[in-house]
Amino acid sequence: MAIKVKFKDKNDDFYKKIVELSGEQVALCDQCGTCSGGCPFIEEMDINPSEIMRKVMLGQKEVMDSRTMWICASCFTCTVRCPRELDVSKVSEALRQVKLRTAIDEISIADISKEEAKKLPTIAVVGNFRKFTG
Amino acid sequence: MKIPYFPGCTLKTTAKNFEISAIASAKKIGIDFIELDRWNCCGVVSSLTSDDLMKHLAPVRNFLRVQEMNKQGIVENENRMVTLCSMCYNTLSLSNKRMKENADDLQKVNDFMHREEENYKGDVDVVHFLSILDEYGFDKLAQKVTKPLKDLKVASYYGCTLLRPKSVGIDDTEDPKILENFVKALGADAIDWDAKSRCCGSYHTVNNVDIVYRLVQGIVDDAKKNGADAIITSCPLCAFNLDVRQSEIKDKNPDYQTLPIYYFTQLMGLALEIDKQDLGLEFNKIEPEKLLKKLNLLS
Amino acid sequence: MKTGIFLCECGGNISNTIDLENVKEHLNDEDEKVIVKIHGNMCSGAGQKLLIDEAKKHGLDKIVVSACSPHFHEKTFRGAMKKAGLNPYNLEIANLREHCSWIHKDIPKVATEKAKEIVDAAKAKAELDYALEEKMMKLGNEVLVIGGGIAGIQTSLDLADSGKNVTLIEKQPTLGGKMAILTKTFPTEDCAACIISPKMAAVIDHPNITLHTNTEIQDIAGHRLHFEAKVIKHPRYIKDSINMDQCLICNKCREVCPVSQPNYWEQGIMNREAIYIPAPHAIPYKYLIDAETCLHFVDGSCNKCAEVCPQNVIDFGQKAEELNIAVDAVVVATGFDIFDAKRKPVFGYGKYENVVTSLEMERIVDHIVEKDPPRKVGKRVAFVQCVGSRDKQIGNEYCSRVCCMYSIKLASLLKQAKPEIDIYIFYTDIRAFGKGYEEYYKRSQEMGIKFIRGKPSHFTEVKETKQVILTVEDTLSRDIIETEFDLVVLANGLELSKSSDIVADSLKLAKSDDGFFKEAHPKYKPVDTLVEGVFLSGTAQGPKDIPDTVAQASAAAARVMATLAQKEFALDPVLAFVNSDICDGCEKCLDNCPPKAISMNNEGKAEINEALCLGCGSCITSCPLEAIDLNYYTNKQIYAEIEASLHLKKENEKRILVFADNNTTYRLIDACGVRKMKYTNYARVLRVPSVSRISPNLIEFAFAKGADAVFLGDSPAKGSHFEWANKTTQNNIKTVLNKFKKLKIDSDRLIFSQFTAADLMKFINEINQVAEKIDKLKSIPEDIKKQLFPKEK
Ligand SMILES: Cc1cc2nc3c(=O)[nH]c(=O)nc-3n(C[C@H](O)[C@H](O)[C@H](O)COP(=O)(O)OP(=O)(O)OC[C@H]3O[C@@H](n4cnc5c(N)ncnc54)[C@H](O)[C@@H]3O)c2cc1C
Ligand code: SF4
Ligand code: SF4
Ligand code: SF4
Ligand code: SF4
Ligand code: SF4
Ligand code: SF4
Repeated sequence: MAIKVKFKDKNDDFYKKIVELSGEQVALCDQCGTCSGGCPFIEEMDINPSEIMRKVMLGQKEVMDSRTMWICASCFTCTVRCPRELDVSKVSEALRQVKLRTAIDEISIADISKEEAKKLPTIAVVGNFRKFTG
Repeated sequence: MKIPYFPGCTLKTTAKNFEISAIASAKKIGIDFIELDRWNCCGVVSSLTSDDLMKHLAPVRNFLRVQEMNKQGIVENENRMVTLCSMCYNTLSLSNKRMKENADDLQKVNDFMHREEENYKGDVDVVHFLSILDEYGFDKLAQKVTKPLKDLKVASYYGCTLLRPKSVGIDDTEDPKILENFVKALGADAIDWDAKSRCCGSYHTVNNVDIVYRLVQGIVDDAKKNGADAIITSCPLCAFNLDVRQSEIKDKNPDYQTLPIYYFTQLMGLALEIDKQDLGLEFNKIEPEKLLKKLNLLS
Repeated sequence: MKTGIFLCECGGNISNTIDLENVKEHLNDEDEKVIVKIHGNMCSGAGQKLLIDEAKKHGLDKIVVSACSPHFHEKTFRGAMKKAGLNPYNLEIANLREHCSWIHKDIPKVATEKAKEIVDAAKAKAELDYALEEKMMKLGNEVLVIGGGIAGIQTSLDLADSGKNVTLIEKQPTLGGKMAILTKTFPTEDCAACIISPKMAAVIDHPNITLHTNTEIQDIAGHRLHFEAKVIKHPRYIKDSINMDQCLICNKCREVCPVSQPNYWEQGIMNREAIYIPAPHAIPYKYLIDAETCLHFVDGSCNKCAEVCPQNVIDFGQKAEELNIAVDAVVVATGFDIFDAKRKPVFGYGKYENVVTSLEMERIVDHIVEKDPPRKVGKRVAFVQCVGSRDKQIGNEYCSRVCCMYSIKLASLLKQAKPEIDIYIFYTDIRAFGKGYEEYYKRSQEMGIKFIRGKPSHFTEVKETKQVILTVEDTLSRDIIETEFDLVVLANGLELSKSSDIVADSLKLAKSDDGFFKEAHPKYKPVDTLVEGVFLSGTAQGPKDIPDTVAQASAAAARVMATLAQKEFALDPVLAFVNSDICDGCEKCLDNCPPKAISMNNEGKAEINEALCLGCGSCITSCPLEAIDLNYYTNKQIYAEIEASLHLKKENEKRILVFADNNTTYRLIDACGVRKMKYTNYARVLRVPSVSRISPNLIEFAFAKGADAVFLGDSPAKGSHFEWANKTTQNNIKTVLNKFKKLKIDSDRLIFSQFTAADLMKFINEINQVAEKIDKLKSIPEDIKKQLFPKEK
């Protein structure tokens, strides 16, 4: 079922915010799909990385509800292939930050079992928390 | 050669085997790792947003330690800092690059660390141990090998952080050769495979372990398909995912054929015949010795 | 000798600030040797008439016009000089408007004093001016065309038809370039070999074309409608005589040759022997031996072809021939190379055997209808667009323009030959821009070729079947597709051919950001280059299809014709000359003239070739005896100018002597004046072709005569008329700075800076900084000055 989308000027603020935080000129995205085709996490994502770029470009804030930005693990596979040298991982990080800075942590330490915590390498735990908490 | 060495948190805990095998192997070819005396955690994943300067303080403090070591004569004119963990390598390199290329940021960071005796001058280079070996020369390394790892078919797993982003990658992002050259120097066979730089799932291992199971299985399957007996890595997180998570896949599915996972330095130690206890094989999750014994590489 | 000095008020622009009466007094009107006149507008008809009348009345032989910048009215006044019966090079312009009145509006007294020195310097120089003749150079009829692809062929034919004598050089053993490899051509699908063959034959038959194939450019010297090319013609090892004993093309040699090598004209999908004819439609249709693979040359183990040749024409002893070709114009038609897909390892080219280039596919498709084609294509074929184009990661951001269309063509031809094959084209955008192209695209869709909008990101090989699996997002449906193909064809982009570099280097041709040759103007001079007499034809200038290539090739021919139709052109007499009485033949200057204008004559003295000299003056410092000098900017004249620019300096005053290159820095300083941008009044600006002409002696002399600083301004090497000059300047500066060190003179007093036309603020900031610095420094003591320039001139 299609929904009708209206372009509103204030959507531009969201676009500008993400451009500023990520340092990426999202409008340069050519929608070539290279990022999506090579992303090792694509099967876990609800929308494709290229769609993230598209929606940010059009200022569609709903993109914040998607799972994709939490799944993106900054593996930089797309970064080294994007023909426009854009960095989707930075855009994902910017989106996460916008969300986290509104003080909603995506996960809580208490969720990890003691036993699991013991065997996990430090870098896994710290990395995880830096990506998922504010 | 004496070189300042940054271990990072994980090498002191879950990846002890990586550290001890590396230090002993390096020593065998005349490279002394001198551990930074007050290192602090690098932060693990590099911060990617533009307004996060404070997150670069931690890496920079480590560079100050290298400056001090030179000043105190602990090392001689050695502005390189070697790392083993690929993730630390990546994070430290990215921060360093930002400091080197952006005088303003460097100034701000230095201002923030006014309690430190010195300012960071921006001339420390972060290098991965593999690059040191490359510079040392794989031909030369091959000559030092006393027990060639004959008939061992090795899949070299780069993962993400050794190669990407391009600005800090130690080799070509799509067609890396350095680990393969290393493997050949040890007398083993380097197989060509597709998944060598495919992400293992990284920190999703904490909250989204299913993702990691899927990716790890994909990687291991590709190695098996291309005839590998074992996979080597230089990242403790990759090693954890490939080793521990792989064994969990086996727990759930007893028919599953596992491949042993080694740190590249463990194979190096084996070929250079360091003390067996320095190989740290007891820390490897998937039975590491059977394969080596079968090939008469371990008694 | 009598000098006339004309002070122009410029309708108040000058006289409102500068007290011209005062200047006139200073010039001493009573002096027998000078006539001084003030006029409201010297450039007006009345002003010019005044100049002419006064010159005739008083028998003036040197003229100084003190007015606006020479870049505005030098030409005007030179015209007036001619009317007055004077040599136009006996004229000097004192630039009072841009360099004085406009920038010092608020300090009229200082400006008036400065004006005196500016006029004095012009006068001093004028007194040493001498008549110079603009030699007329005859233009001949000779044109060199480099590259025998369709572009070079078309240009050559047009030129030859118009009566020009064309020498066409082709590196390969046959004409035709890439077009000789293509199967059919879009959008008409006529066969490439059929449409290019008659043209190639016309070249060889044309009485006005001399064709050299298997021939490479070694070096080209020259510019401005006079070029000398050195080329090397590689041997074919087959005797080429017009007698009866020539090769009969009996093919016996080929039949016995044991060598088998990939044939370039089949793009490696078929092999050839070491003795071979490149292609069935090769022109010239002649055998040659490839010495790199022929066993006779490799290890001496074979002689078979020579043994069977009934005509005895095989000659292993043939040597390369060096030819010198002198021409009036050059057309560069060196074409393109396809992007080397190995530079993008992710596509798997060179690693997976079923990933092929587009040129390989041209050959595969050409043979596809044969009963047993050399290369089969399987059931599923994928085309991947924009390989090596529109990709910042590998540094090619441009669109290669032809690859969308050739992929559509290759797909269509394949589909027509084998309708059962499934064909997919993975694209980001389809660019079907030409006449009939969109329609052709549509027809291919009708045939059932599927277009998927997405760029494949990942390529892997199925070990057993050698199929290639592509992973790609269909960006229109957002599906991720992962499918295996029997053949993957890369749509390689176009890059300037690597063999163009030798031409670029020797002719000093600029390249644009995309790496192709740069045209003189993208809109109005699309086939000219910045080097006079050198033109561009075909894809060497940028990616093009055949229709555009041919159109541009004809345009290049037309531009050559228009240029040579002038029959002769005036040579600027501002050139270097050697004072042969002083020259002792040491040859030190030879390497210091990049345009290669200096050579040694029979008497063992250096000599300047006027047709080649560009008048940069870079050679001057290379001569230890100061035997080389430059017309209109002689050593004597510059010494005199320097002295006059400083001679009114008072105890507490400061001077910065600015030497500005005529093309960039001088104009830039003019522009500051036009915008009334103020800067330090210490500056005295002297014009030179390039500051490389200012030898260490002159700099030292300036300091000895009271300059507090010397500022050299030139354009950066890139984009300069004299790209080599800055190196000379840097060396000159080093020499002076070494002396400074010994004499403890502050090195801040000598500045060399590079400017582009837009660097107005940069100039102002830098010159003001120098002023500030010298304000803080104590003046250089007299004895040190003496040591700096001990020679008394
Ligand atoms: C796969 C493919 C398919 C194509 N299909 C079509 C099509 O169907 N229709 C169409 O309109 N266009 C097509 N094109 C474009 C077409 O090939 C070009 O427009 C055309 O070949 C350009 O001709 P050129 O003479 O400029 O360059 P080239 O063909 O590259 O010729 C340049 C010549 O210069 C020679 N040369 C280079 N350097 C030197 C040197 N230093 N000294 C002496 N000689 C030198 C080279 O050996 C070469 O022979 C296709 C292109 C490709 C890659
Ligand atoms: S950086 Fe993120 S979006 Fe890009 S390939 Fe990796 S996981 Fe996917
Ligand atoms: S690869 Fe780059 S240009 Fe292509 S869709 Fe992704 S972000 Fe956009
Ligand atoms: S001499 Fe050379 S060209 Fe002749 S047959 Fe032998 S290999 Fe072939
Ligand atoms: S012509 Fe088509 S395939 Fe070639 S670069 Fe342009 S868009 Fe890409
Ligand atoms: S002035 Fe320039 S071009 Fe002329 S001879 Fe001297 S160096 Fe060569
Ligand atoms: S450097 Fe001077 S002396 Fe030597 S050959 Fe050239 S002009 Fe003559």
